[in-house]
Order: sequence, then structure tokens, then C-alpha cells
Amino acid sequence: MPRILETRRLTPVTKCFRIDAPLIAASAQPGQFVMLRVRDGGERIPITIADYDRAAGTLMIVVQEVGATTKRVCALEAGDEILDVAGPLGGKIELPPGGHVCGVGGGFGTASLLCLMRELTARGDKTTAIVGARSKDLLILLDDLRPVVHNLEVCTDDGSAGFKGFVTQRLAQLIAGDGPGRPDHVVAIGPMAMMRAVAQTTREPKVKTLVSMDPLMVDGTGMCGGCRVTVGGKALFACVDGPCFDAHEVDFEVAMRRNKQYVREEKLAMERLACMAAR
Amino acid sequence: MPVKRADKTPMPVRDARVRAHDFREVNLGYTQAHAAFEADRCLRCQEPICVDGCPVKIPIPDFIHAVSIGDMAGAAKILRTANPLPAICGRVCPQESQCESECSMVKHHDSVAIGHLERYVADWERTQALTVRAEITRKEKIAVIGAGPSGLVCAGELARLGYPVTIYEALHAPGGVLRYGIPEFRLPKSVLDWEIGVLKAMGVEIVCNVIIGRTLTLDALFDKYGCAAVFIGTGAGLPQFLGIPGENLNGVMSANEFLTRVNLMRGYEFPEADTPVRVGKRFAVIGAGNTAMDAVRTSLRMGADEALIVYRRSEKEMGARVEEYHHAIEEGVKFHWLTNPLEVLGDDGWVTGLKCQRMKLGERDASGRARPVPIEGSEFVLPVDNVVLAIGTTPNPLLTRTTSGLLTNKRGCLVADEQTGLTSRERVFAGGDAVTGAATVILAAGAGKRAAQAIHEALAPKQ
Repeated sequence: MPRILETRRLTPVTKCFRIDAPLIAASAQPGQFVMLRVRDGGERIPITIADYDRAAGTLMIVVQEVGATTKRVCALEAGDEILDVAGPLGGKIELPPGGHVCGVGGGFGTASLLCLMRELTARGDKTTAIVGARSKDLLILLDDLRPVVHNLEVCTDDGSAGFKGFVTQRLAQLIAGDGPGRPDHVVAIGPMAMMRAVAQTTREPKVKTLVSMDPLMVDGTGMCGGCRVTVGGKALFACVDGPCFDAHEVDFEVAMRRNKQYVREEKLAMERLACMAAR
Repeated sequence: MPVKRADKTPMPVRDARVRAHDFREVNLGYTQAHAAFEADRCLRCQEPICVDGCPVKIPIPDFIHAVSIGDMAGAAKILRTANPLPAICGRVCPQESQCESECSMVKHHDSVAIGHLERYVADWERTQALTVRAEITRKEKIAVIGAGPSGLVCAGELARLGYPVTIYEALHAPGGVLRYGIPEFRLPKSVLDWEIGVLKAMGVEIVCNVIIGRTLTLDALFDKYGCAAVFIGTGAGLPQFLGIPGENLNGVMSANEFLTRVNLMRGYEFPEADTPVRVGKRFAVIGAGNTAMDAVRTSLRMGADEALIVYRRSEKEMGARVEEYHHAIEEGVKFHWLTNPLEVLGDDGWVTGLKCQRMKLGERDASGRARPVPIEGSEFVLPVDNVVLAIGTTPNPLLTRTTSGLLTNKRGCLVADEQTGLTSRERVFAGGDAVTGAATVILAAGAGKRAAQAIHEALAPKQ
């Protein structure tokens, strides 16, 4: 079982883990994910790979507490083992070299920009990361991201740090020529609403954009089809055909509706967990 | 001595009204008296053609004779030598279209209940202390990809021949379709776990959570892990959808998703287990194969009031085992034959109905079955809360997409020699659904067994 080597609380609801997983670290690529399971009878959840260190054989993931299972993950500490970690799954992000790539991170999605930006910077692309949160104390991993990008643009809704406003507003300014200038490619990773807003921002000015979809999954290996996303009118499986898709082709309405299928059960599981903790 | 009796000794089953609401096994299994009584019906033909009907060529009259003289250890040994998964095959094989269809009795009477006897012997064996042990005599390491029926059998056969074998499984538990697909009430997980335990006792190593093609490449198995040969048994796990409007509504699932949530993830234990499954009052399954029967019968056990099968062909073209069909009828499943789904209807994002069209049978198509033709103006709506698609699966592309030199046909199936399982790559063999497309457990087992023999011949040619 993969052992947790180190943990870091990033915000009250997000936690960063460094895991000993040499096989996965050796083959992981930006954009891919792992499936985790933390207990017998536990569900399998997909978590995007934030970063990897091939030499050390370690994997970095960031988990946000949104349900019972992610709460259980975030209760783990260094030295604990994770019951099941399988991956890397999904396809890697592929972009033509030599351009200006702008990664847009919202919430804990920011973490997944780490390995992508490092690889792109290393191969000689011009890189910009726009990261946003409601306020300064919810911004994560700025110190990790700063050394691997050419430009780091910070946005907060309340103006407590960096640009006051949404990441999409800052992105629109860049596209108009401000700061590091118009990107050739945008990669957005974060909450569905944010990715949809990014897609809307880049559609008119025709900036090629990828979004990392995060649908409900059971196995993560192509077996269940529960993760199907409507892309260009066709149903594609996020786990084998994605998880990154052309933002301008994705039907976000369907995706957001499908992600709410088990809201009632998720609430029940959370209440049950709280109840058990109270005992 | 053989006794001529026309009727097959019936399998004792649990009351349909009770069993349709829990996950305990439907068939109770023969008692010793049942088994002895049935074994005496075998005519012990000089040329037993039943054996030709068996994909793994079990010496059927021999094991049945052993049962009839009370030599259970002998019967178990005969079975296990031919078929490393007898307790499973005795439960899930479509015997009526294989061994039992060839039985000499069948011309005038019921066939001998070969499947029920196989199960009886294998279940007896499970009550005994394990006698197998690892005897690794060869140094060539073999990797098996996928712990489903073909991979398990191939690994078991190679272990018996003395090879060190490692099975790499993508999921967190071994068994493949035997674990995620076939429900507890038809194949208890304790039976599967026992069979896997036998393989482990024989020295087979099983590594879960490793996806060959992602975690490790096929080439790494040769270059880094020093394997001498690889067997691919990755199955046909990718579910197909119809492509009709409304398929992305909430409440529409592939049978794979529904069954995986319930079986592999133990969704019936929610919230004790974490994976939920939402089952409404009226549950429709499209398709009429074994997977469709498993899904529709599972829906009753998950609390559906009404469980329907919707199939565009007729009862005669149905792919399911006769026993599953009968059990489904007994449990109250309703069948809509010659009914073609046109559209899933919804309200507020959730399924409310299935728009269908009546069909009639026309001329024969490429599969040799009568082609269903729509009847004009026959559209109607079935009010349902769930629609589950059990219309077939295709091979998983994960490995083939990331491995060079592995030829596939236009259906995505691996190209492999029918006899040996050799693929387009040297020392890479394949078998089961990954080669044939979705088929049966026993066909996969047969392919795994033949490939193991071929691997042995390639590595240890007879002098």
C-alpha cells in the first residue's frame, strides 16, 4: 500500500499529500489522474495528479474536502497508508511546442497546474499561470508555482491579493494584450463553473482552450461509462478519451447536471460520517 | 449402473418471492442424494460427444462416474485438472448450448445435468482442506494482464506447469467480470475468493491497482521485469451506448456501471459501503443477454417495484442462459419483446420514460437471426425511472492504444491465433473477450488454458 510521506494543510478544506508511489511517478504525465480508495467498502474517487518527482518516486496530490470520502482522505497523515492508489489514468495534455500557454487554476485545481507548467517551461514554452480564489487566505501553492512559470497572475474576488476580480476577467485582459500578452493556448483546471466561464471568455477571441473535466467515475478505466461527457455532440468517456477536452466543444450544462446525480446520497454519507465522529 | 430416467433432477432453488429481495444465492445446489441420483442417468457413452461441447474438454463421463461410485476426491481431481474454475463454471456456463446440448439423452429426454454435477463436485471440494501447493520448477517468469476468467485460468495452468506467474489487475480486487459483473445471487464472492485462493496456494502472485499500458508498459514487463512471455486477458469491458436522444439524462446507466456499483463496490450496503446506487420504482433494461438478466434481477433486489426487459428482437433470439431467463420470470421481471427504444424521455434532467416502437421479425441478417423491422405508427411510452443499457461491450483500448505492434481488428479485438493465442507480437499471447469480443466465462477459460499450453511449448519445446 502506498505510504504518505508528507502532508501540508493548504486551506481549512484542502490538504496536499506527498505519496510514495514509484511506479505511478515514473509514468505520470500532466493532465492524468489516479483513483484512490481509503477503506474496505470505500468508493473509488478520481484525483488529478498535481505533481510528481520521478527520481524520488513520489506523487503529489491535493484533495479538497467535498464529501465523506475526501474527508476521510484528508484525515490521513504522514506515515499512514492509502488502501488503493491506481494510475496514472487518462490521457496527458498535449500542446504544440513553442507557444505561450496560460494555465488557469481555480480553487484546488491550481495544484494540477504544477507539473504541466514545469514541463512546458522546461521545454521552452512561454508560460503564465492565472490563479484565483475568493480571498488571499484561500490561495494555494503560490510558492510552488512561482519558480516553474514565467508569469504568475494572482486574482482574488475581494482584492485581498493581486488583481481584484475573477480569473476570467484577468484572462480577458491578457487576451487583449495586457501583461504577458495573448496566450496561444489556455488550459483551465478547477470548478466546473469556472471552466465554463473560461470557455466563454476564450470562445469569441478564438484562443484554443482545454478544460480538465471532473465527472463522477466508478472504475476510471473505461469500464462503466458513468463519466461520459458530451463533447461536440458526442458522448466521450473522460477516463479514457479525456479527461481534458476542447473547452469550446464541451456541453457544460449536461456535465454539471450529471455531477449532481448523487447529491442526496453524498449528503447522507456526510451526515453519517459526522454522526460517527460525534460518537 | 446407468439408470434410464427421462427427467433431469431439478436444482433446488430458493422461493422466488423471497430471493428476489436479497442477494443470497438463488440455487441451493444438489445434495448428495440428488447428485448420486443424477449421476446414474449418465449413459457413459463409448464416444462421449458431450466432451466436444466443452471448451475446456472436461472428461465429463469420467467425473460423473466418480460421483456415482462416491469417489468425490477422484471426481474433484478430474474436474480441476481440466478446468481450474469448476465452482464458477458449474454456476455460470451456458451448459444448454454446450456440453448438455451434445448429451446422448437429449434426443428423447432431458440431458444429464452436467453443470449441476460440476457445481456439486466443486462445492464438495471447497469443504475439504486445500491439497495444492506451489511447485515452481521453471525459471521463466510469465506476466498475465487482467485477473478475469481467461487470465486466472492461464495463470493457474502455467503455475501447474511450474512457472512463476504474476497477474496484474487494474482494479483493486481480482476476478474481472466475475467480481464486477456477475451478481452475488448467481456467483457468491466467497466462491470466487476460494478459487482465487487456490491459485495463490499454487504460487500465482496477484498484483492489483496496476494498469498495464499506463502504470507499466507491456515492453517494461519484458525489459525491466524480465518476463519470458505475456498473456493478455483484458476482457471486453467498454460499454456500448445506443446513441439515442436522452441517453445522458440522470438515471441512464450502462449495465457495467450499474453492476459495478452494486457488485464490485457493494452498493447494496450503502451507506455502510460508500458507493451509492440510485434505483427508482420502475427500472428498464435494454437488451436480453446474461448481463441484461443480471441487471434486471439486481434492480429488484435494490428495491425496484417493476423490472422490465426491453428487447428489439423476440424471445427466440435472446442471448441469456435459459436458467437465468426462467429465474427472471419467476421473480416477476416483465419482458417487452420486439420493442425498440427510440428515445429516453426526461423531466428536470431525470429519466421519466422510454419512448419505444413495436417491431416485427423480417428476413435473416448477417448474424443468422431474423432482422427486426419497425411497425409504422406503433410508438408508445413506457413510464420508467431508470434505463440501463445492456447491449454489449467492446474491448478496452487502454493497452492497445499505448502499445506498439499489437494488431487489432476493426471491432478493436486483438488479433490472435485461434489455437495458440499468439498475437502479432513475439511471446505475447491473448485470449478471452479481448480477442473474441464479449463471450462467455468458459470460452475465455478455454482460451487461457490453450495459451498456457502454447506458452509452455514456446518456452520448453519437447525434445
